[in-house]
Amino acid sequence: MPPLNQLVFERPIYVLEDRLADLEQQDDPSPEVRQEIRDLRVEITQKRREIFADLDAWQITQVARHPERPQTLDYLELVFDEFVELHGDRAYRDDPAMLTGLGTLDSLKVLFVGQHKGRNIKEREKHNYGMAHPEGYRKALGKMQMAAKFGLPIVCFIDTPGAYPGIEAEERGQAYNIAYNLREISKLETPIICVVIGEGGSGGALGIGIGDHIAILQYAYYSVISPEGCAGILWKDVKYRDKAAKALKFTSDNLQRLGVVDEVVEEPLGAAHRDHRQMARTLKASLMDAIRELSEFSSEELLERRYEKFRRLGVFDESADSDTAPDPDAGSDS
Amino acid sequence: MAKSNPHDWLTHADRDKRGVPAGLWMLCDGCGSTVYRADVEDNLNVCPECDHHFYVPAAVRIAQLLDEDSFEEWHQGLSPLDPLEFADQKSYADRLAAEQKKTGLTEACVVGRGYMRGRPLVFGLTDAGFIMGSMGSVVGEKLTRAIEEATHLQLPLVIVSGSGGGARMHEGILSLMQMGKVSAALARFDQAGGLFISVMTHPTMGGVAASFASLGDFVIAEPKALIGFAGPRVIKSTVNMELPDDFQTSEFLLQYGFVDRIIRRHNLRSELARLIDYCGQ
Repeated sequence: MPPLNQLVFERPIYVLEDRLADLEQQDDPSPEVRQEIRDLRVEITQKRREIFADLDAWQITQVARHPERPQTLDYLELVFDEFVELHGDRAYRDDPAMLTGLGTLDSLKVLFVGQHKGRNIKEREKHNYGMAHPEGYRKALGKMQMAAKFGLPIVCFIDTPGAYPGIEAEERGQAYNIAYNLREISKLETPIICVVIGEGGSGGALGIGIGDHIAILQYAYYSVISPEGCAGILWKDVKYRDKAAKALKFTSDNLQRLGVVDEVVEEPLGAAHRDHRQMARTLKASLMDAIRELSEFSSEELLERRYEKFRRLGVFDESADSDTAPDPDAGSDS
Repeated sequence: MAKSNPHDWLTHADRDKRGVPAGLWMLCDGCGSTVYRADVEDNLNVCPECDHHFYVPAAVRIAQLLDEDSFEEWHQGLSPLDPLEFADQKSYADRLAAEQKKTGLTEACVVGRGYMRGRPLVFGLTDAGFIMGSMGSVVGEKLTRAIEEATHLQLPLVIVSGSGGGARMHEGILSLMQMGKVSAALARFDQAGGLFISVMTHPTMGGVAASFASLGDFVIAEPKALIGFAGPRVIKSTVNMELPDDFQTSEFLLQYGFVDRIIRRHNLRSELARLIDYCGQ
């Protein structure tokens, strides 16, 4: 495996794995060598467990962005039994950063929406590193509205550094299209499951992140701003990105504690990039559970739950609020 | 804040909080002229030479737009906490205290009800003077309550945005979620037939532009305001080329179809009242 794809803190694991591979190649190994192989296997597992039990926020960011981490196209292959891609926003163009289509999970039919970052240089250029333009958000919403019409549940995979910050993106209304998605998706009468599979980059993530069940993979992150962006603004230097990553509390455990995600999907030992198939199996089971659970609710119940899910988010002090406004049915439960 | 006088920031808004730098004379950011401060203030904080629209703090904005003494503020005591125990070079708690002292506000958002040329409405604003008008939990909550209240009271809603900061970093993901919360409340208001007029002022960026500020039945902008999703510096470093001169200005947004009208501050009150007459109850 090229060292380029080995994160610094993973090195001890790779060193042990290399030694194991060497030993395993020996023809007719001695009993001592065989014992060493057994010991090494145990040691590797222990080392993985040890390292991954204690990752800091910046290390988790690196895992979330790992070049070999499974991405949307991998999951479409491994999780879905069929994927019928649908293109275009009916207004400007097809945005390859945002993939949409019909898919099946065993017997369940769904609409799929998700960003794809690209697994090699060619793919990354084609998919613009998963950074959608306004037409990507419009494409997503259009297909989601179609799904709601036909009662198909929606599965959204979030994996983006952010909505694309470019001149044309501004000309075509990046802010408006994200805003419009937030408002319109909140009204869709069909179950929506959102999973942050890698990077949950701010408004670009939230633009397909309104749903009834919000999940995140264990080593993914979901943040109001990238650690680099935050460090640049508040520390005046990008080199403080590790400090910013910690301060932003954007790792899955924190998100669950803050009530922003409903589920943290466990990754294989050593994270998703070490075992795509295992990750896909776990994710598929989680998706199917969520869809089945949500299909129990009526449209009215779904919309009410979805409203309340976002309504209750926020932390503030209202002890000094003498409250001059009548508060009829407003969710004042925070 | 003392319950006995919940509006003390309104009544005590003295001249040094009027958004114009202290001193008899001041330099205009727009044309570089040295102008007499009192002339600017008498001209609604607009440069008499070049029509540059200066920042307007909350109390002054309310005085400019709403009928005299008609504003009844809601949830003034709703105050920010520090859910992430966030600290950069300065702790968020200290930053909040400093901003509260500087502005006389508890947060970057003021909501309530009032009258505009005799028309009752629910009114909200974000004040760019408080942590760049960024949206954290309190801003999101106040706006959501105001929208819910407007839905209940069947009143038109006007929100004036001045938010360079977008979603507030110091409250992390909770700030991002306010975008979803406020937008969902606007969906219900919209479905109930409510009239929402969004007024974008300098600057309206990021998560504020990408949520409530873009969702008006009417989207109005003051002249030459900076409005956009990504910051110009970020865009410049991403695309590696010079940005067009009028990039992300009100005029740029009008040209590309995202703003209905650009209205000078002098006409804002009468034009908003006129829009309400076309569509409001």
